[in-house]
Amino acid sequence: MHPSHASLKEAHGRLPDAAGHFGPFGGRYIAETLMPAILELEEAYRRIASDPAFQQELARLLRDYAGRPTPLFLAERLTAQAGGAAIYLKREDLAHTGAHKINNTVGQTLLARWMGKRKLIAETGAGQHGVATATTAALFGMECRIFMGVEDIRRQAPNVQRMRLLGAEVVPVSSGTGTLKDAMNEAMRYWVEAVSDTFYVIGSVAGPHPYPMMVRDFQQVIGMEVKQQIQAAAGRPPAALIACVGGGSNAMGLFHPFLEDAIELIGVEAAGKGIGSGKHAAALGAGSVGVLHGSKSYVLQDADGQIREAHSISAGLDYPGVGPEHAFLKETARARYVSVTDEEALHAFQTLCRLEGIIPALESSHALAWAIKEAGRRPRQDLLVVNLSGRGDKDLGIVAPLLRNRKEEQAS
Amino acid sequence: MNRIEATFKQLAGKKEKALVGFVTAGDPDTEQSLKLISAMCTAGLDVLELGVPFSDPTADGPVIQRSSARALAAGTGLSHVLGMIEALRRRTQIPIIVFSYYNPILAYGAAAFHRDALNAGADGVLLVDVPPEESEELTACWPDNRLCLIRLTTPTTPPERMQRISACASGFIYHVSKLGVTGSQGLPLEDIGRKVRQLRSVTRLPICVGFGISTPQEIAAVAGLCDGVVIGSAFERLIEENIGKPELPDLLAARVAVLKRETHPPSS
Repeated sequence: MHPSHASLKEAHGRLPDAAGHFGPFGGRYIAETLMPAILELEEAYRRIASDPAFQQELARLLRDYAGRPTPLFLAERLTAQAGGAAIYLKREDLAHTGAHKINNTVGQTLLARWMGKRKLIAETGAGQHGVATATTAALFGMECRIFMGVEDIRRQAPNVQRMRLLGAEVVPVSSGTGTLKDAMNEAMRYWVEAVSDTFYVIGSVAGPHPYPMMVRDFQQVIGMEVKQQIQAAAGRPPAALIACVGGGSNAMGLFHPFLEDAIELIGVEAAGKGIGSGKHAAALGAGSVGVLHGSKSYVLQDADGQIREAHSISAGLDYPGVGPEHAFLKETARARYVSVTDEEALHAFQTLCRLEGIIPALESSHALAWAIKEAGRRPRQDLLVVNLSGRGDKDLGIVAPLLRNRKEEQAS
Repeated sequence: MNRIEATFKQLAGKKEKALVGFVTAGDPDTEQSLKLISAMCTAGLDVLELGVPFSDPTADGPVIQRSSARALAAGTGLSHVLGMIEALRRRTQIPIIVFSYYNPILAYGAAAFHRDALNAGADGVLLVDVPPEESEELTACWPDNRLCLIRLTTPTTPPERMQRISACASGFIYHVSKLGVTGSQGLPLEDIGRKVRQLRSVTRLPICVGFGISTPQEIAAVAGLCDGVVIGSAFERLIEENIGKPELPDLLAARVAVLKRETHPPSS
């Protein structure tokens, strides 16, 4: 660990600082046109964070609309197969719209209304954040525009239909690789023009300050519930928490309430076709420090500072950057970041379907794949909590042809 | 006196405004790009903004996005851009500003960039995605202030923020004429005039206005309000439409000459 970070480590729970920095990471690297809006947003967020009326309304919506708390489920057959530590699943897949993303969009949409903004924009990769934003936009009667890469529109078609049903306009983005990174580029371009009346709902713990802090705060309901639920179920804290990391919102939401506890935190990135192949999305594992989409963090880039294409079977993890707080947790060794290939994730996907009757999102399948390995190496008395961040119905179009091919290969 | 200061002083003496040209470096490749830019300098360009191509140009519209992509496809990195500046410096003494997103500079190294940019003959740098809040990490590792840090103001910049921005600016102020990305159409002249007047009350630096300016009429109108007019997408569009044609350097030179005329005092 870098010596200057040792003292910062104690401050984990209290970061970012006033300028939005997590140690050397984070900040506000954005066009000057957006600065006043970002400062206004930060000011508004600080006010609602301590406003009882706002917090009450948020709590009501999370309970009655989003369906919280979500259960914590002991996966007994999965545990038996893994042959070691007990595996608990935090069932974010059971939240309204089928993923943890709704926690954040309820919060940000409520904030947009509080600020008097009637138009929402958002970027989306897997479509879960797009669906969640379209959902809360409908709930509050707001206009909603979702930017989505053409490649993701192809591979996550059901979510595109859902967004349109909910009344959102889906804007196809064909620049670059037509994935999440390009959707975010285009959303930022649109925002620079429409900034006076439009609220940008960022879906991950990425982007300029205050987004990484704000999204984390709205998502930390996941970890806070886990803290109580595991105590009630097992009478003791977990040994480790495991979550997938693309931008990193579900992981940050699970980890944050535990930052100052002696509990291991494990973030699982997408290794795609293998780190050695260069076709992966492991910004923390194989990237370097850079600035992308408004904050300084780890990114996949070449020696000239050009952002490299990411690859993952999971659209939600297919992003060359990662939230700045994760970069900080890596740097201070407070969290451990590992990676799982497309193949391993696909295997975990099937395993959970067969053993527990739960179809997980491909994103969450990365966390599961690692959890199965991790459980096998640990004693039975250890408890692992895996964030099952979303359900996998949206992925059937990707998974079904792959599994069909595999069967044919085996048959021949 | 640095080249930027000298240029604006000299223009003011002639009651002329600066014609500032933005061109993406290395589009379609470094060799042709050098030819195009040399032709523009010879034709009367007053200040050159040389764009460092970037994979994710979030502040740019489609025209500059495409020019950036062409330059990257030809393999143009920051070291090539600095090499181009060195070559240009042998032919012209107009101020050259490196126009970049932050990440290529960060990857190059802030201190190394400062040294190499000055050695190559650059006069300033403008970073699209580095507001004053984040620029200290950069300037902290610069040994002197010979490389001007050009700052941006925009239609959303309130007066108190203008003060903060101009307090740390050098060279000139680049005022963004309108909301949106580069290359979008339509100009809010009244708002530009008001913002420039506000800027005048907080800075003595020259003020250039850019974004969405392309026709001679627009240049004449904006030149009347400030000290320099920045043209970017209009040049890039001409390059794109005539890529590979042998007459492209002449076309660009002719365009510069036509536009430059609009920056002369109305009486001449």
